[in-house]
Amino acid sequence: MTGVDLLWTAVKVVAAIVLFGLNIAGLLGWVERKQSAVMQDRIGANRADIFGITILGLFHPIADALKMLTKEDFVPKGVHKPLHGLAPIISLGAGMFCLAALPYGGAVTFAGRVWDLQPIASSMGVPLVLAALAFGVHGIVMAGFASGSNYGLLGGLRGAAQMIAYEVCLASALAGALFLYGTLDLQQAVLWQAHHVWGVLVQPLAFILFLTAGAAITKRTPFDLPEGESEIIGYHVEYSGMKFGMFLMTDFFESIVVCGLITALFLGGWAIPGVDLLAMGAAGGATALIAAVLMLASFTVKVLLLLFLLMQIRWTLPRFRFDQLLDLGWKNLLPLTLVNFLVTVWGVYLWR
Amino acid sequence: MAMTEGTGPAAPVMGKGSMTVRVVERPKRTFATQIFLIEVWKGLGVTFRHLFVNLARHALRALGITGQPGAVTIQYPEDPAVLGKRARTRHRLLKREDGAPRCTACLLCETICPAKCIRITAENAPDAMVEKRAKTFDIDLGMCIFCGYCAEACPVDAIHMDANEVEISSYSRKDMIWNMAELLGDAPKVPGGTA
Repeated sequence: MTGVDLLWTAVKVVAAIVLFGLNIAGLLGWVERKQSAVMQDRIGANRADIFGITILGLFHPIADALKMLTKEDFVPKGVHKPLHGLAPIISLGAGMFCLAALPYGGAVTFAGRVWDLQPIASSMGVPLVLAALAFGVHGIVMAGFASGSNYGLLGGLRGAAQMIAYEVCLASALAGALFLYGTLDLQQAVLWQAHHVWGVLVQPLAFILFLTAGAAITKRTPFDLPEGESEIIGYHVEYSGMKFGMFLMTDFFESIVVCGLITALFLGGWAIPGVDLLAMGAAGGATALIAAVLMLASFTVKVLLLLFLLMQIRWTLPRFRFDQLLDLGWKNLLPLTLVNFLVTVWGVYLWR
Repeated sequence: MAMTEGTGPAAPVMGKGSMTVRVVERPKRTFATQIFLIEVWKGLGVTFRHLFVNLARHALRALGITGQPGAVTIQYPEDPAVLGKRARTRHRLLKREDGAPRCTACLLCETICPAKCIRITAENAPDAMVEKRAKTFDIDLGMCIFCGYCAEACPVDAIHMDANEVEISSYSRKDMIWNMAELLGDAPKVPGGTA
């Protein structure tokens, strides 16, 4: 690895987390308020202003961040202090790491060099992201355990049970698709779809199952039992200030990661049907730059549309009861994912 | 119409077989509802319809094309509060045709007030037909519970609760006390003024 490679990787990772992740996460705070308001015949938060300019309440996420940062970071008596501080960092860090492994674009040739637009390219991309996502549950259990509060602990345990149930479904829903693509590399999966068809067309059941399980591991309504902000109180009950804000950010980051995974594995990633972006990227010069912009834009638009759908689901459905949640995960989703895998394997065997 | 006891519909005979029971069918859990997906999309259909209809209405309003509002929200400090026709708001003292206050200082309102927020002192009225009139008439709106008993008790229709004013807050308890001139509308309510 040369120095340029290292620098380029660092730039990509920072861009993925700061430009892509933080911006969309901030935007999601606004979308959450406004989308729910409009679909409920309300107006939504529109009062935060800078010199009297409100732009539809777009300053509210900034006001939120300032509030979180300036609030007292209150650590209650009886908490396990090191773990209490570590938990939100692990939660958020796991989400951030996943963002850096998504394929935002393919390779483009520019100035006599091939630039890969995927920050962390790995032949084990899918297991890597799934493992990092699953690692986030440590933060939740840690937060619940370290809080020294029964409410927090119960929330953490609910979180652990839910995450384990749905991580299994998440991974096994992908099994069929990955068998079809013949790779564990996110970039290769996108390339397969760019050359053949989008994954959602050949694996529709896996798409629905992955979307459901993905919504569940982001811990948002209808699967928000670990948090239950309004009634049952969750693992972050003893957190305040920016530590609480980090748990909120984790939700948004995980939403983005799940939508990014769905985009990469089922919706063709950065590929645009009918446009050979790889050939354009290999052409070099201005064409390659246009290809790079198109790749990034295509990926971002697909992620945003999925986030829009997930947000709509989040504001439409009521919360599951906990036994219904586990029933759905273990008794319905998991067998279906296994059936999907068997059918796919059988189909591929017959096809070849 | 005379009604014989026990035969009219107003007094049914309670006994065996006379009670009617309405059987409510519980919704069946069919396969279509059990797989959630169809039901979820039905729900999403409702919320998506609201979302896009409201978005279109907001856009039409923003473009200056008048139409239905996209939200039921009343943006209160900018838009006036919508009060009910019979809303009980701040008190108002009424006058006779000759301009004198109608109040005869009978103290019925002060007596009936459950919050004890009315304080009246009486004096002789120059009009012999009236005999008494209020010298001072103070209402402490900080204590008033807006029950409306005072307006109901008044025999001479001197006090109403229809000033249609709800913004009566102030920065001190003293400023919540309104005196007679202010209640009559003769003097504006000045913060920090005489009470």
